[in-house]
Amino acid sequence: MTDIHAQIDAIPGVDPHAPLLEVSDLHVEFRTRDGVARAVNGANLILRPGETLAVLGESGCGKSVTAQTIMGVLDTPPGYVTRGEVRYRGVDLLRLPESERRKVRANRIAMIFQDALSALNPVYSVGFQLGELFRVHRGMSRSDAKLRSIELLDQVRIPAARQRIGDYPHQFSGGMRQRVMIAMALALDPEILIADEPTTALDVTVQAQIMGLLAELQRQRTMGLILITHDMGVVANVADRISVMYAGKIVEEAPVYDIYARPAHPYTKALLESIPRLDMKGQRLNVIPGLPPALTDLPRGCAFHPRCPYAHDPCRRDPSPRPSHIAPGRTTRCHVWNEVAGA
Amino acid sequence: MSERNDIVLETRGLVKHFPITRGVVFKSATGAVRAVDGVDLQLHRGETLGVVGESGCGKSTLAKLLVGLEKPTDGSIMVRGQDMVRLSGGDLRRARRNIQMVLQDPYTSLNPRMTVGDIVGEPYQIHRDVVGRGGRQRAVQELLEIVGLNPDHVNRYPHQFSGGQRQRIGIARALALRPEIIVCDEPVSALDVSIQAQVINLLERLQREFGLSYIFIAHDLSVVRHIADRVAVMYLGKIVETGTQIYEQPTHPYTQALLSAVPLPDPRLRGRRDHIVLEGDVPSPANPPSGCRFRTRCWKAQQVCANHEPLLYVRERSDHPSACHFAEPRRILT
Repeated sequence: MTDIHAQIDAIPGVDPHAPLLEVSDLHVEFRTRDGVARAVNGANLILRPGETLAVLGESGCGKSVTAQTIMGVLDTPPGYVTRGEVRYRGVDLLRLPESERRKVRANRIAMIFQDALSALNPVYSVGFQLGELFRVHRGMSRSDAKLRSIELLDQVRIPAARQRIGDYPHQFSGGMRQRVMIAMALALDPEILIADEPTTALDVTVQAQIMGLLAELQRQRTMGLILITHDMGVVANVADRISVMYAGKIVEEAPVYDIYARPAHPYTKALLESIPRLDMKGQRLNVIPGLPPALTDLPRGCAFHPRCPYAHDPCRRDPSPRPSHIAPGRTTRCHVWNEVAGA
Repeated sequence: MSERNDIVLETRGLVKHFPITRGVVFKSATGAVRAVDGVDLQLHRGETLGVVGESGCGKSTLAKLLVGLEKPTDGSIMVRGQDMVRLSGGDLRRARRNIQMVLQDPYTSLNPRMTVGDIVGEPYQIHRDVVGRGGRQRAVQELLEIVGLNPDHVNRYPHQFSGGQRQRIGIARALALRPEIIVCDEPVSALDVSIQAQVINLLERLQREFGLSYIFIAHDLSVVRHIADRVAVMYLGKIVETGTQIYEQPTHPYTQALLSAVPLPDPRLRGRRDHIVLEGDVPSPANPPSGCRFRTRCWKAQQVCANHEPLLYVRERSDHPSACHFAEPRRILT
């Protein structure tokens, strides 16, 4: 355990009293042949220890790009961070040299991906890939690393871990592979775990197992969890707070109970009304007209206005609305949030 | 509804086994994946039958069997009094018009080198007597309009459309031959939440307008509850429970576990629902457990479950068929 502390000391400027993770005014763009795609346009997030923050949004809203930027795995080119900060305990990760950044990755901030089969290396055994973390980051011997790996696989409840340590990723089922991914992410005891659609590719009964496991491990370690998802059901079950993303901006942020009871952004409200619910029969599905905007050609004003039933002139004319603080821990980017939340 | 002449499609003992072979030159069968293993179902006029189950339960193979993309190992598929399995040549081709399919992935199920007009009109090339050569362009434009696309876009290519619009193209293609039955295999699962509702509402409107009958295959139980009149739950190639009340009064342990695993979009229900967490994974369909196939993951399993396969019939204390020796209604959704 001592070497963990040695690592903490190794990152200069870490302030233990500063927020665990704070993303402010993050802008990311992709320079492509078809023009500049503005994937993230001023995202703000804050994460506290032991907390689960859900980042909710549809494909192309910028949620995965935000996660990749926090993690430091954004492909450059074509992706460029043009503005903003990602502060871990007060240290802006975006300005750290790569050698320092490497100490943060996996040690402090770890990530699990949606598709475990493509995230794991098919030509190395699961044991080798897990053990590599201990050997590279902790300088352990092969045999010690193997023992730690077996322990970890036990913790994520892979049956017969000792026998399966030499198996390759394709020999595991989807749910078991996701457990291996979780084991890898937790290997170095990170303080922050980013889970990018961790259960989207899994069946519901397996999804329930994995989400239960994640919640339990998070509790044991008081880890901050950023859960990136489009599933409003999963969010309602596990999140403490929600940040709803649309066209690269956090359009609404709120504690989980408040947002489901009284959404204060037209997009959140429309999403909640458009999903069929398991516990309701014969409900009318509200349709959100149109499509999300092209990131290469974002509309003037509020990016949601072309699909918004509340839109009026200022929404089209004025610059995109700034976040309004409407209650403790609640912000929304909407000119007419009063009308939306009141209706 | 339940009158006999109302039935537009009926399968009896439908079986599809895929052989597992060894050797390249001298192939020999060493076993079989029992993807669909004895499915009886009926579809009534204007009805939507939902088929739910997890990956590997055989629901997509069932869809392929119904539209004739796979040949069953055994059993019959009766449409309008004809057994589709026994038809061939021109008779088969004419019978197939009546049962069409909408596929899951609108990105790979449309040929990127064909224009939308060619894709939607292709059925008329094969079934030349449905619409005369001169009327085809008009028929295609009409179809595009019916599914909510701009009829002037006939000359565009699939990549110029969004996911939701592509799924509409797939639906237009399925409607081209004026079928009575459409098999939808996961038609909305590749779409974003805000687009799903558009496509679901479209399918419902088309059903009302044209009196279509749907077999709606999906893993999303919420979507199925919304759209289906009746639901069949599949597990390892068999229907384990079917009826109109499977959400309100599930009697099969697997149905109960499935329903309890679906997260509901309401944080107030946190900790107030019964969660049945199943252990382990679905067994391999190449080597299913003896007796009841669910028994390896079931908390009610007893010796009888290993020895005797429970058949699908209406059990005591319930009014719909369930394939469980210990079938018993249990409220999962409050």
